[in-house]
Amino acid sequence: MKLHELTIEQASDLLKKKEISSVELTRAVFERIEMVDGKVGAFLTLDKEGALEQGAAADRRLAGGDAEPLTGIPLGIKDLMCTKGLRTTCASKILENFIPPYDATVIARLKAAGAVIVGKLNMDEFAMGSTTEHSGFQVTRNPWNLDRIPGGSSGGSAAAVAADMCLGALGSDTGGSIRQPASHCGVVGIKPTYGRVSRFGLVAFASSLDQIGPLGKTVTDCAIMLDAIAGHDPKDSTSVPEPVPAFADIDGDGLGNMTIGIPKEYTSARGLDPQVGAAVEQAVKTIESLGARCIEVSLPHTDHAVAAYYVIAPSEASSNLARYDGVKYGFRDKEQTDLLQMYRSTRSQGFGPEVQRRIILGTYALSAGYYDAYYGKASQVRTLIKNDFETAFASCDAVVSPVAPTPAYGIGETLDDPLAMYLSDVFTLSANLAGIPGISVPCGFSDGGLPIGLQIMGRHFNEAVLFKIARQLEAKLSINTRKPNLE
Amino acid sequence: MKITKAEVLHVAQLARLDVDEADVERFAGQIGTILEYVDTLKKVDTGGVTGTSHAIELTNAFREDEEKEQLAPEDALANAPEKDNGAFVVPKII
Repeated sequence: MKLHELTIEQASDLLKKKEISSVELTRAVFERIEMVDGKVGAFLTLDKEGALEQGAAADRRLAGGDAEPLTGIPLGIKDLMCTKGLRTTCASKILENFIPPYDATVIARLKAAGAVIVGKLNMDEFAMGSTTEHSGFQVTRNPWNLDRIPGGSSGGSAAAVAADMCLGALGSDTGGSIRQPASHCGVVGIKPTYGRVSRFGLVAFASSLDQIGPLGKTVTDCAIMLDAIAGHDPKDSTSVPEPVPAFADIDGDGLGNMTIGIPKEYTSARGLDPQVGAAVEQAVKTIESLGARCIEVSLPHTDHAVAAYYVIAPSEASSNLARYDGVKYGFRDKEQTDLLQMYRSTRSQGFGPEVQRRIILGTYALSAGYYDAYYGKASQVRTLIKNDFETAFASCDAVVSPVAPTPAYGIGETLDDPLAMYLSDVFTLSANLAGIPGISVPCGFSDGGLPIGLQIMGRHFNEAVLFKIARQLEAKLSINTRKPNLE
Repeated sequence: MKITKAEVLHVAQLARLDVDEADVERFAGQIGTILEYVDTLKKVDTGGVTGTSHAIELTNAFREDEEKEQLAPEDALANAPEKDNGAFVVPKII
């Protein structure tokens, strides 16, 4: 067994038995990165020295016998979570040299659990995009086919996990940014309920939608990571003081007594690739064979989710990104002697085109005379979408759907057509609008060998149900043994 | 055109962005297409529906007003593009 190919669950077991050390495991991961990341381009910043120190500290802790499941495990972090002393760019030129003076709560929790932080992963700039092509620094390629996008915005996280360059990773999801790249790269990714994981130290995109979550090689690995990062944080006033169950103790009994809803609007969605449709249909049959009852449900406002989202998210972004003014941190155009011109010049040079497009769109939607027609209307539609899910969950325990309408598209295909990119988020962004949890679990491959994921969404704070269904589907389908060939 | 070039320029100004002629043209076209799509929301009957700005019901999060350890001034200033004597330096305003 190659060490970098281990799952978190396997590695944790071997570390506890002292069959391997964290330093050995960390070295193996860096060797793997040196071998394949030239092709994939997942990492923006590596911290080998820091990681080996953390590995050595983990080994001492393991020797002392007080290890946690993540002690000594090398993880990658999407580059929008603050890591004290380690560059955090949000894949934006405006934060190119930003060294956070503090850790995000999720990073502090990973460090307390003894995890090893390998480095920072590429993404669409400020998480705005579904392809990772909108990074200010580099394109990340899909390990399954280097001419394809890895998805986004957490494309670096998904690609790094798929290519065994870390054992697991953290991403963030504002409209599908964990689930869609997980689906395109053949890994598992969960967007927890809004408020389940602290956003303190997460660079804000759309604050009412953003949520941090894990991407892993298996369902259990994601549950282990979520266990470490979930829970109330006084530093994030929107984090929720709900009790957190031990997610990694996944209920292993069959799916009897469970009812799964299949939204009719999703199966008939325009643009759904027949191969994706077939893989999802097969997954539904498998879930039925495990004892669940599948029923048709309706989410009647699905067609309006993309439009509502692309008013709400850019509106929140235009407000959140006002802080990048070249004064307190980040890039400044030092040539400018007039304050207003310094702001404009700094922001225009610092932000990439997709970010500027969304700032203009959001500012327009919030500006005098348009607020009610755009933001007001979109937030009312958001209520209707949320109500749709509440109605559906009255008759089922979870809803399943495709994650993305097609397998990963080719690099460059949507670059000049932002609306086409936005429309590909149709299945994922409703969960963000409604605040509910959603998981993407691999369920098949296209004829061209590209991974396809199944999305399972549940009630608020009911991630345990998603883990249970996903874990059983994963065991039955046993497709995560297939690996991309990067040799 | 759903959004004119003049409107793009005005909004860019509000958002403190400098956009050149080519950008204005491109943004007007792309944002116009997006706004046309967004207009499909008009078809939704939202009479009497209260808007949602936050999906999870939460009341205010209060805490005691206590002194706690905060970032040291030199750490808070560490990333400043320009600083002097414990302060951020900005171009002259008056």
